[in-house]
Amino acid sequence: MTEVHGQLWTIKQLFTYPNEYIYWTVHIALYPYITGLVAGAFVLSSLYHLFGKKELRPVSRFALVFSFALLLVAPMPLLFFHLLHPERAFNVFFTPHYYSAIAAFGLVFSVYGLIVASEIWFAYRPHFIAQSQSRKGIMGLIFKVLTLGSYDLDERTAHIDEKAVKFLAAIGIPSACFLHGYVGFIFGSVKTVAMWKSPLMPVIFLMSAIISGVALCIWTYILGMKFFRREICTDTVRSMGRVLAWFIILALTLEMLDFVFHGYTAEESWSILSKIIFGKFKFKIFVLQWGLGMLLPIILLFIPKLSTIRAFVASTCVLIGVWMMRWDVVIGGQSMSKSLAGFMKYKMPIWPHTFEEFREGLFSVILLLILPFIFLCIFNKFTPVFTEKKCNFDTEEAH
Amino acid sequence: MNRRDLLKAGLVAVAGMVIPLNALEVFDDEAKAAVKAAIEMVPKKRRWAFVVDTRKCVGCGMCVKACKMENEVPFDADVSRTWVERYVVLKDGDVLIDSPKEARYGYTKNDPMGREIKEDEIAKGFFVPKLCNQCEKPSCVQVCPVGATYKTEDGVVLVDRTWCIGCGYCIMNCPYQARFFHPVYNTAEKCTFCYHRITKGMKPACVQACAFGVRKIGMLNDPNSEVFQIVMNERVMVLKPETGNEPNVFYIGLDKIVR
Ligand code: SF4
Ligand code: SF4
Repeated sequence: MTEVHGQLWTIKQLFTYPNEYIYWTVHIALYPYITGLVAGAFVLSSLYHLFGKKELRPVSRFALVFSFALLLVAPMPLLFFHLLHPERAFNVFFTPHYYSAIAAFGLVFSVYGLIVASEIWFAYRPHFIAQSQSRKGIMGLIFKVLTLGSYDLDERTAHIDEKAVKFLAAIGIPSACFLHGYVGFIFGSVKTVAMWKSPLMPVIFLMSAIISGVALCIWTYILGMKFFRREICTDTVRSMGRVLAWFIILALTLEMLDFVFHGYTAEESWSILSKIIFGKFKFKIFVLQWGLGMLLPIILLFIPKLSTIRAFVASTCVLIGVWMMRWDVVIGGQSMSKSLAGFMKYKMPIWPHTFEEFREGLFSVILLLILPFIFLCIFNKFTPVFTEKKCNFDTEEAH
Repeated sequence: MNRRDLLKAGLVAVAGMVIPLNALEVFDDEAKAAVKAAIEMVPKKRRWAFVVDTRKCVGCGMCVKACKMENEVPFDADVSRTWVERYVVLKDGDVLIDSPKEARYGYTKNDPMGREIKEDEIAKGFFVPKLCNQCEKPSCVQVCPVGATYKTEDGVVLVDRTWCIGCGYCIMNCPYQARFFHPVYNTAEKCTFCYHRITKGMKPACVQACAFGVRKIGMLNDPNSEVFQIVMNERVMVLKPETGNEPNVFYIGLDKIVR
């Protein structure tokens, strides 16, 4: 039999249209997940640069560089794993059709990437210059290139650098919000999927983006510090924890509002949508996404005297919860047939026997999830992220 | 004809077109509006439309078979540009709907959803053939990021196989699930009303294959076409009007349980 795209992982129940399969699979869940981490990490780094939250200084550079590492990976699930013609991905630059919610994707992404890259450059300029003068060989050369030929280092240029970083952080925040709100719009504007069609979608995606990004920064910061045997700054962790907790409350409120609205207006599709929410996906939504991913972290984070271990557990839960949210939205949304008379079950390929099974399966997901950390390790060679030896928030940047 | 002559002829033609329109200025507003509307009707006239008379369909599946052959969608692949759905409403209120193998082999047994049903249990039953609605406002075209899917002048929605990146956004956005990925080309695929045939004066493969006159194609706004006659004079319905897609496939005898 000729295999049809989607047949491998779709199990149909009751009446679904013949051409109906789960066309948007795990990579479409992964794409907003990683994009969300990008936006969240950036917002966290900006809290220091822009609002001068001193206790966040130990993580501000790390969050910025990590955001860039994630940014490089974010489009990969979409471009290389999801598209059936990845070799034509650049068509979107040649003939962008701007009525489509994903046509501007490349543009939005590049602009945002440029902002983050320039912010990193200004933040690390003194480091690049120092290294280019002291290092020999290939590394010295790379650092020379990284300086972009600018070797001025005095009070005036330091002041300019600082201003530039502030300015970029300032325009970065709305772009990060736009980037992720935009991702939410891609889903929210699909009028054929009842679960997605909601003007709240962009804001919901944005909030969950921020919490996942902050959680990942807490998580990586704690692990990184343990790895390098450095002191974990309690104040920094607590400050991040507070940011996380308040944003979880916002995210949870919006997500609940969305469901309540669907249920209260109870349009035609609600009869089947409710069977997804309160039936097939009830454990995933209420226990994993909300209970484990939001309520438990709120409690853990709001109990006074937040300890490192508690913050670590809470952020792990948030990361799982947000992943579940992406899964529930992408897969859950498609689980109800457009015929309103049937369901589809998604069975992700695990062990790859064919290339298709690898591309659409668990191992490509794992690969994509590890990649940002690999990038971070590489970047760390050029833009060291954990520079603070001691938790002293008052001295000027120490190298 | 040399270049100068060509230019002259062109100028005369353009002037000829512009002057009558400008001449309208001297008429009163109403006359102007009427003439303008008539002029605007001209492009609208070219609008392919389809009529499906569900009352006549016997579920033989010849249309599906013909379509698959004509349009080279692998016969054994579980997707199709057109398909036929079976609806059975039982006396106890149960509704059974199915479309096994898109009905490419036709309905030969009384086994909706694999259930053996006695004839006296059935309140009503009917078949509904489906195909792309060549929507007036196609949401599939709206969302294609690269413009690989587009609407022709005469209202048929097509996909450019050489340009489609295979993102599936259009497939998600078609309310009728008329789209799928072609198993061979891995690009978005859909019914084209057999555009390669109708533009040469032939009938679509499914229309030709249907022995019961269920399927009809014609130009909307062409008073001589059967489709125009039916849409104007009979009570027709479209699928899922609430989506705002404004389908150009009109159904006779549609039941409220059909989605
Ligand atoms: S029926 Fe679907 S594929 Fe056909 S034009 Fe309408 S939206 Fe597009
Ligand atoms: S699958 Fe092809 S035709 Fe459909 S939206 Fe994507 S690029 Fe356009």
